[in-house]
Amino acid sequence: MVGEDKVDCGRRRLLVATATAGGVAGVVAAVPFVASMLPSERAKSAGAPVEVDISKLEPGQMLTVEWRGKPVWIINRTKDMLDALKKLDGRVSDPQSDKKMQPEYCKNETRSIKPEIFVAVGICTHLGCSPTEKFKTGADSGIDADWQGGFLCPCHGTTFDLAGRVYKSMPAPDNLEIPAHKYLSDTKLVIGIGQDGKEA
Amino acid sequence: MKKLFFTLFLMPLAVFAAGTELHLDKAPDKTRDMAALQRGAKVFVNYCLNCHSASFMRYNRLRDIGLTDEQIRDNLVFSDDKVGDLMKTAMQRAEAKVWFGKAPPDLTMVARARASEFGSGADWLYTYLRGFYRDAKRPSGWNNTVFENVGMPHVLWELQGQQVMGQDHKLSISKPGKLKPEEYDALVADLVGYLQYMAEPMAETRKQLGVAVLIALGVLLVFSYALKREYWKDVH
Amino acid sequence: MKAKMTALLGWVDARFPLTSTWKEHLAEYYAPKNFNFWYFFGSLAILVLGLQIITGIFLTMHYKPDASLNASGVPVAFASVEYIMRDVPWGWLIRYVHSIGASAFFLVIYLHMFRGLLYGSYRKPRELIWLFGMVIYLLMMAEAFFGYLLPWGQMSFWGAQVIVNMFSAIPLIGPEFSLWLRGDFVVSDATLNRFFSFHVILVPLLLLGLVAAHIVALHEVGSNNPDGIEIKKKKDANGIPLDGIPFHPYYTVKDILGVVVFLMVFSIIIFFMPEFGGYFLEYNNFFPADPLATPPHIAPLWYFTPYYSMLRAVTVNFFWIDAKFWGIVAMGGGVMIFLFLPWLDRSPVKSIRYKGPIFKTAVAIFVACFFILGYLGMLVPTPMRTLVAQICTVLYFGFFILMPIYSQIDKCKPEPERLTG
Repeated sequence: MVGEDKVDCGRRRLLVATATAGGVAGVVAAVPFVASMLPSERAKSAGAPVEVDISKLEPGQMLTVEWRGKPVWIINRTKDMLDALKKLDGRVSDPQSDKKMQPEYCKNETRSIKPEIFVAVGICTHLGCSPTEKFKTGADSGIDADWQGGFLCPCHGTTFDLAGRVYKSMPAPDNLEIPAHKYLSDTKLVIGIGQDGKEA
Repeated sequence: MKKLFFTLFLMPLAVFAAGTELHLDKAPDKTRDMAALQRGAKVFVNYCLNCHSASFMRYNRLRDIGLTDEQIRDNLVFSDDKVGDLMKTAMQRAEAKVWFGKAPPDLTMVARARASEFGSGADWLYTYLRGFYRDAKRPSGWNNTVFENVGMPHVLWELQGQQVMGQDHKLSISKPGKLKPEEYDALVADLVGYLQYMAEPMAETRKQLGVAVLIALGVLLVFSYALKREYWKDVH
Repeated sequence: MKAKMTALLGWVDARFPLTSTWKEHLAEYYAPKNFNFWYFFGSLAILVLGLQIITGIFLTMHYKPDASLNASGVPVAFASVEYIMRDVPWGWLIRYVHSIGASAFFLVIYLHMFRGLLYGSYRKPRELIWLFGMVIYLLMMAEAFFGYLLPWGQMSFWGAQVIVNMFSAIPLIGPEFSLWLRGDFVVSDATLNRFFSFHVILVPLLLLGLVAAHIVALHEVGSNNPDGIEIKKKKDANGIPLDGIPFHPYYTVKDILGVVVFLMVFSIIIFFMPEFGGYFLEYNNFFPADPLATPPHIAPLWYFTPYYSMLRAVTVNFFWIDAKFWGIVAMGGGVMIFLFLPWLDRSPVKSIRYKGPIFKTAVAIFVACFFILGYLGMLVPTPMRTLVAQICTVLYFGFFILMPIYSQIDKCKPEPERLTG
């Protein structure tokens, strides 16, 4: 290597400057490629908010709609169902919904905006199966006599109550996710837009 | 020898023989006139989407031409399509083929597809939409100066009125429509402007970005040229 | 820190020829010091190949090779291209780079080949470099042909239909071959899917291998130069050619400049005229393929037009075989004849700088014919145009076939001992 000991400062400065300029240009050029892998307009359109009409939803009934490819449950909870929730605080992992599995406006006893209407993403927080509804109280397979109604996941046996709260010592770590949603009227709600009007 | 060279050099000029000519009127440039594009969008949705689809265009892309989602939903979406959906037509293709002989083609890119050596796609469309005339021999009752024996009827006839082809091969209005000729031409210009926008919605972005890229490359040019000169000082 | 880096390098070098490769092929690879404008195009070819591969990878994430019709009656493949243009963030830019990159690739390669023609870079001992290069050229043509079907527009479909049908004119095996290539009786979904496989995997892999071979062969003998004399004939006490300079840093730095200038020209086209008057993105291809309606005028992309002209120029039947077949022979011959150049050129000198007036005239006529044939290939044939194409085809082949004669009788100038500028 010629001139190892004597460094040409002018040349080195120019080299560093050019390399930096080229490096910046390279990063900027990479942006469109990386960005092209983000959800396309088609994916965003398919993931658009879903309006649901709950005028015909009787107390005790459940309705399932699809939002962003996932099942979303809407349950019209009866008074008995709501009363039972308070008794279960000691048996669920996160009774006060401290972990962020719901929007701010659903961080409450019933994990909902309106107490009777429960909206949750029907996917177990363990590994992604969709739990089965077990609204009937009392014993059943995988369920003891103490059962107050809720959901049982068939894959690994996790149970959730009727506010989507996961029971203690279950394979699943978290309560069911409550999606951003808001009411357009007493009988119409939209899933995918929050109370603040922003899309999820 | 000289003669051979001469012939060899001039012969290539013989290839400049003309093909079948198309005389197209120049479409006014509306690509930067947001108001015109919005009017054109309205005409398109009201008159064209009944038979033609624009199945590559999403309604919400119209934010480009200055419309909000509300305005798009209220004025331009007539089915229960959402604002993020593609502009499809309700007409079934199979039925359309029976009624018109050929299913009305998708129009998203017609302004790019109809370009030729005779003019831009916009010019073709501008001439086409003003070139319908009465022709009793055609099943639809209409013919067209740039698209001979077209299957499409003159959808905008109520606005333009009816034209006939004279012996001198010139068109004249036989029955006036709701609009005066200048007004109709302006409406068609708006519609064609919209079609041109719809064929390549990112055209303006593309040009703006091009300027930025060239400036950036210009900077890189200065640096790399200086670097080359610096190193090559050593070489003789 | 520096000690750690040196130690790491030592660890690698004990297991992999990293530093030795760097020295042998870059820092201590000596290239002639008088490379001019014509010598930019090799590195630019590598750049464009890289660009096509990268943009191709990202396009393949969204493109669907499916000829069936979607709910709106549009072929899925065609719709997927518009999906890329409109719905994929920055998809339009990636698409434009790829389609204009294809044309840029051919422009660069034609200029790269022309350099070879000018300076006799195909002469001994560089014949193998030239042969590898010609196979690369052939593969590039195949790659472009397969790739052009993918958007499934009117031009895509009918161009493929015409060319695949053309092969059926080969005596005995023609029709079977066409059926086998198509996978169907006409160009269809089967054809589209296999052309997708060829375009995305088969040919790129072959191209990469051949480009590597091309460069290895070059480095084995060292580069030619505008004077056509061998720099290795005059070395200094250390065995370094007197007229040689290390490729790195001199040509790395010069090629970077070449890249920037190229990117500026490339960007002007991409951002301001991506269709380039219908030459880079044909207007008719904005219509989806319609197997029932042939467009009035089918023309291949500009880089194929010289050979397309030759194909159409042969209108006479020879030896009880259709003119159609002889047209294919002419077209194929027009490409393949380049292969023989190292053995056709019998001149005592390599570079055009020292060749006589006959060779210079021959090259000028050849270039003129290439351009005229190219232009004619874009137009609808007429009797006059066909005659001109025939004359140009004869002159084109004459350039090669007569070369052994005129390259020997030409009055050359004496070559210099050392490199001039």
